[in-house]
Amino acid sequence: MKDLVVENLNMIFSMPSGNDVQALKDVSFTLEKGELLAVLGPSGCGKTTLLNIVAGFNHPTSGSIRHGDHEILGPGVDRGMVFQQGALFEWLTVEDNVNFGLRMKKADPIDTARKVEEWLEIVGLQGFGKTPTYQLSGGMQQRVALARCLINDPDLILMDEPLGALDALTREKMQSLVLKIWKETGKTIIIITHSVEEALLLGERLFVMAPRPGRLHKEYRLPFAEQGLKEDLREIKKQADFAENREEILTMIWNMEEEIMGKSETAA
Amino acid sequence: MIVGTIFLLLIVVLIGSIAYGRHVVRTEKSDAVFGNPIRALGGWHWIVCGVSTIMVVWFLFSWDAARSYFPLAANELCQVAKFNRAGVPMRSTFPLDGNRLLQGTQLLQREYREMDELGDQLLATNFSNANKVALSEIIGDMRLALAAQANENLMDPEISRHMRDIVERIRALNREMGSSGYPGPADPAALAEALAQPGWGETSVEIPPLPMTDRGRKFDAASEVLEKISNDYVRIRNNGGQIATMLAGLKAKIEALDIGEDDDPAVMAARKDMVKQITLIFRRIDDGRIFPPTVLNDIEHALIELDGTQREEQGSLTVINAWAMPGGEILAGNSACSEQGSGRWLPKPSDTLATFFRLANPDEGYKGVSLFWYKMKPVSEMVGFIVPDWIADLVPGEYPRHGSDGRTNDNFKSSVYNFATGDFDSFSVPVPDGHVWDSILRVLLGLFFGILLGVPLGLFMGLSRFAKGYFDPLIELYRPVPPLAWAPLILTIFGIQDDGKIFLLFMVAFAIMVISARTGATGTQLSKIHAAHSLGATPRQIVRRVILPNSLPEILTGIRISIGVCWGTLVAAEMLAGTTGIGFVENVARKQSDYEIIWMTIIILGLLGLLFDLIMRWVIKRTIPWRGKG
Repeated sequence: MKDLVVENLNMIFSMPSGNDVQALKDVSFTLEKGELLAVLGPSGCGKTTLLNIVAGFNHPTSGSIRHGDHEILGPGVDRGMVFQQGALFEWLTVEDNVNFGLRMKKADPIDTARKVEEWLEIVGLQGFGKTPTYQLSGGMQQRVALARCLINDPDLILMDEPLGALDALTREKMQSLVLKIWKETGKTIIIITHSVEEALLLGERLFVMAPRPGRLHKEYRLPFAEQGLKEDLREIKKQADFAENREEILTMIWNMEEEIMGKSETAA
Repeated sequence: MIVGTIFLLLIVVLIGSIAYGRHVVRTEKSDAVFGNPIRALGGWHWIVCGVSTIMVVWFLFSWDAARSYFPLAANELCQVAKFNRAGVPMRSTFPLDGNRLLQGTQLLQREYREMDELGDQLLATNFSNANKVALSEIIGDMRLALAAQANENLMDPEISRHMRDIVERIRALNREMGSSGYPGPADPAALAEALAQPGWGETSVEIPPLPMTDRGRKFDAASEVLEKISNDYVRIRNNGGQIATMLAGLKAKIEALDIGEDDDPAVMAARKDMVKQITLIFRRIDDGRIFPPTVLNDIEHALIELDGTQREEQGSLTVINAWAMPGGEILAGNSACSEQGSGRWLPKPSDTLATFFRLANPDEGYKGVSLFWYKMKPVSEMVGFIVPDWIADLVPGEYPRHGSDGRTNDNFKSSVYNFATGDFDSFSVPVPDGHVWDSILRVLLGLFFGILLGVPLGLFMGLSRFAKGYFDPLIELYRPVPPLAWAPLILTIFGIQDDGKIFLLFMVAFAIMVISARTGATGTQLSKIHAAHSLGATPRQIVRRVILPNSLPEILTGIRISIGVCWGTLVAAEMLAGTTGIGFVENVARKQSDYEIIWMTIIILGLLGLLFDLIMRWVIKRTIPWRGKG
């Protein structure tokens, strides 16, 4: 069952200086229900633009994007988003952050309280309900952001470098948590990252994007996410084909960066 | 005595807090290097130290400490001041008390300079030769007269006798002042009268003028003698004997001077002017203020000796004057003595407190209004103020008209009207009242309306291109104008009572609140708005639940700034016009040079400002604890 259909997506930003920047060029792909897609690429390749278009924050210059049976025209509750820095509302407690979406819908308060308990337990924050969010560590803040997004039960979860600002240890724990949630909820997830290892570990499918103009460069289908549900993530990283894939993608991105540098040097 | 104890206590606290601070620095286990902000944390003892320094300085420079410890010093210094005042006419002709030259030396230098200039002018004129010769002859004669006055051989022997007499009298006074018995036993009646005087600071005269101590009586008596000597000395003129003859000749020449006639009015005017100048110089010479220097030496020495005796007799008074009464001195006027310097314009803390309690007494108040109290106000008055009168117009029916018997019967519509205008009997409730309350209420109301209208508009301007562009010119055009520049106009339009002032403060607070709310709204992170969108919030919910709380730090900072600016504007506006308020009190006190009330209002304003700021700090701490930690 097709969940997300992207066809010939083009995004051109008009700069005040007059130069137009093509952030996305002819991006087309289809995502099945329950797939976990990782998007990787050097900076400036349009990863975040793609995600913002899927979320409905930006309108594409041309092309169509369909989610389920309807065209995406603006932000909606059916697509939840997790941001790099959490983007928590720091004037609210953990509880009030998590139930924000339900409160906006004016849902039944008792039902809401029960759901908040549930989700805090899933992300491992039981007992932190009354804590102000500014007192939490970065990892805990991302857990709150996850719970806040998931409590609304969206069909599609969009993650914009959600683990980028975390230290290595916390990051690994969070990667397991993302896999666990993916497995348990069966949601379609798009995760953007700049870490090759993370992309390989989490992505059932993996898009490597190229910059100038932003486009899909190569697509992989990977077994590691399935394995990660059962095995220790560090064991997976030791596998030969994991390392092979990692080196291949790293070289690819490295070459892209070189190319950009060369371009800007000749331009100069 | 209370003041003395408090003063001593303050000094002990001051030294104690410094000692404690040094102790803390020595024992503190802190690796903080210079520049580490942690080193500035804590330190309540320095607050104590700072406050007691201010209080000690106040007690000392207002001479409150001196009044407590040396209650008679002012009375004695008043007698010394009388003595100093008596000597001034004589002493000012000698190089004493900061003068560099003898009076005669100064006069000679001046007259010679003026005559040189006159001679130059004369050469440059187109006067007839006869005129020029006559005028320059007179100038030459005047030079001779001046030289004669400085020559001791030409001086009238009578004058030498007078001078010697003056020296003798000063020396006699000197001897008497130095003796212990002077001026003899006190007249019991005079002493009783002196002791019955109100003490230092108890009257508007401030310092009791009659001598109350032996030392005081000595200076009082000596001042009378010295005044006579001084007056007699001043009357001596060096215009007798041969000099008198010279001067008479000179005068005759000047009177006989024929300036002639000339067709040109400018030349006539120049001639008249020159004669006028010559006459002026002649009058000064004729005054005889120039003496041969040798004649004056004895008097000068006698005066210096008298200075020595005065210093000895003053004894501890000199020390008290310098250390306990710094920043000024006591001066004697014609009939009374007064504090000058800081003792005058810096009221004593105890007097200020007494004034405060006097005015704080609701029966007393200031200009018929209490400082801060309550008054009973009928509820009907408030109802009449709040309920709009047009409510009665909405009631069906007609207002009653008087009947042919001259009576008017109330119907329902007129009853509602009476209710809406507050025209009914009711019980009274206490409401706050007074100058301080009036000021606070004005600030709070101006602030309230400023926040009520300013914050929504500011948020709107932060979110909408239209609102930002449309309202920006209005606000940016009126905001930079100093509020006081608006005051005359606003007070004219809205009246000098509360309305005008509240509107003025509203204008001040409104602009600040708009700008701070706008800054807050523009500063909202886009990812938070995005998050709210994808969590299903509507635009209204986003403003209410995300943008408003996110702007709270800026809004609260804006309120804090507004309070400060509003206080400043209000006090100035109250000084401009009105009949109540702290600024009004200060302005009236200023017109009456009532330093105690001026300082009292300053202190009240300072404490109220501090109070408001503490409240705001507390509110900020409670409502936006996340600030700077996001």
